[in-house]
Amino acid sequence: MKLYPRQRHRVLQVVTKLVIPFVLLFGLYVQFHGDYGPGGGFQAGVIFASAFILHGLIFGLKRTRDVLSPTVLRFMMASGVLLYAGTGLVTMLFGGELLNYSVLAHEPTHGQHWGIFAVELGVGITVTGVMITLFYGFASKR
Amino acid sequence: MIDQFPALQIMVPLVAAPICVMIRNPRWSWVCAMVASTLAFLISIILLQQVMANGVIRYAVGGWAAPSGIEYYIDAMNAAVLVLVSGISAVVLVYAYRSVAKSVPAEKHYLFYTAWLMCVCGLLGIVITGDAFNVFVFLEISSLSMYTLISFGQDRRALTASFRYLVLGSVGASFILIGIGFLYAATGTLNMTDLAARIPDSESQRAVLVAFSFLTMGVLIKSAVFPLHAWLPNAYTFAPVAVTAFLAGTATKVSLYVLLRFFFSVFGKDYSFGQHLLNGVLLPAAVAGFVLMSLVAIFQNDLRRMLAYSSVAQVGYIVAGFSLATQSGLTAGIVHVVNHGMVKASLFMAVGCILYRVGHVHTPSLDNLMKRMPFTCVAFIISGMGLIGVPLTVGFVSKFTLIEASLEKGWWAIAALVLLSSLMAIVYVGRVIEIMVFRRSRETGPESSGMCEAPLSMLVPLYVLVGVSLYFGINGSATLEVAGRAASFLLGGLQ
Repeated sequence: MKLYPRQRHRVLQVVTKLVIPFVLLFGLYVQFHGDYGPGGGFQAGVIFASAFILHGLIFGLKRTRDVLSPTVLRFMMASGVLLYAGTGLVTMLFGGELLNYSVLAHEPTHGQHWGIFAVELGVGITVTGVMITLFYGFASKR
Repeated sequence: MIDQFPALQIMVPLVAAPICVMIRNPRWSWVCAMVASTLAFLISIILLQQVMANGVIRYAVGGWAAPSGIEYYIDAMNAAVLVLVSGISAVVLVYAYRSVAKSVPAEKHYLFYTAWLMCVCGLLGIVITGDAFNVFVFLEISSLSMYTLISFGQDRRALTASFRYLVLGSVGASFILIGIGFLYAATGTLNMTDLAARIPDSESQRAVLVAFSFLTMGVLIKSAVFPLHAWLPNAYTFAPVAVTAFLAGTATKVSLYVLLRFFFSVFGKDYSFGQHLLNGVLLPAAVAGFVLMSLVAIFQNDLRRMLAYSSVAQVGYIVAGFSLATQSGLTAGIVHVVNHGMVKASLFMAVGCILYRVGHVHTPSLDNLMKRMPFTCVAFIISGMGLIGVPLTVGFVSKFTLIEASLEKGWWAIAALVLLSSLMAIVYVGRVIEIMVFRRSRETGPESSGMCEAPLSMLVPLYVLVGVSLYFGINGSATLEVAGRAASFLLGGLQ
């Protein structure tokens, strides 16, 4: 049987492994259900990031860094902003004003649905990246 | 296409910034920033032309009409500031490539250019928006990226300077936010045009007064008006010099624009200067600022610090112009915003060239620099003349209009003090020129005799800026016309 270096946290480690998928799933739920119920990109991003922060607290920063390296995180932060801004540019290409989602589909309400979906996804990705980066920043101080 | 330009003005740097992060390569991220900055500059010129030809441009973000949605509102005033900010950003960015390559580690270059683009985006956003809360949002974007840019400085003291600016800047920004919050409570709207219409008949005049006081304090901190300037000298001294050139030309100027926008367009001239005697606060601060800070600048041995104190003094001239609250006073203030932006940016660029070759800017050891870096020194001298206000330079145009405006109002003492502080400017600029040109070199080593001019990619943008400022110095009517239009817009209120 493979043993982890810090064996006395065995219970925490097992529970964490059990909890993390649910945290991630709940994050996704809050993200994509945000336009029907309470939620949205910011909250979802924080929840999603909290799964990784929990992983970092229990298994150590090094192993979390193997999962999500700072380079990937920077890429995430940038791509979220780009998704948000890109949605704005697409609405302008379709002839509407900046972030006027109504032009995205034939039916204005459908267009608004798609628009807010993309924008919130961008927010979620960026917030996840920023939260984990903040955690890395604080946790890696000597 | 052309009706989308107000949005593109913000979107171009905003989209380019994350692309810079993804590129990660120093050279290509610079190219990306350069392309975005140039595009933003072209857009702002077209917008200025449109405004001068057809009047105010309005753009409803998201298609939501004005009072409820966010609106971009462009008149002669902010169109001119847009051109100033994006133009200085484009010119200094050309210059920044070599300067930053030397002072910032290569693996951080892409982050530097990203922060630069976000800063440009924030500054342009503050200027273009017609929504009070949006001003705060963009203010935060630009301030946060500014703190980052300053902390890129080589000297470790850059970090403390940046932190100090962060603390004071956050205080200023939260004061502005509190002010906007009170305005919203008193009127129920955030749109500037709507605010201007509703403030006079608001039932809670006390809340409006609180908002007014908070906004005044916040904006005065952000624009480094004399007693609240403590963050500025260190930030300008220890930031990478390209950043200083950019910030000196744009950051405080944009805060001064916010001051104008709130005091004249939102609260209205009668409220700010009639009812509440803002000139009782602004004018003494401004006058004390330009006299004392010019005096302090004389005793500085670090060239950058000397210019930083002189910047606080120049903000004093601008605010003095504003607090006259007349057509000619406002014109003088606005013209000096643009003129001083150009002059100070080119001075700091010249300082950067010296720093690039000599390695320090300790004034007494710059003897005989004229022999070694003639082009840089000539540019420094021309821009220094502009700072003093010698005829045929931009400084003369703005100081002349300022003195004229104060005489028109019968404030002789102000005019005399402006002249006095100009004399001090002759002392502090003249001292540097004297050391550079006339003092014999003490050491006669081989390295002090040969010519070692700064690279062409730094000299060309420097001379472009010097040339533009000379042009506007000789043809003063070009800037004065735009400033006059802007002043009458401000005094006339929002349409």
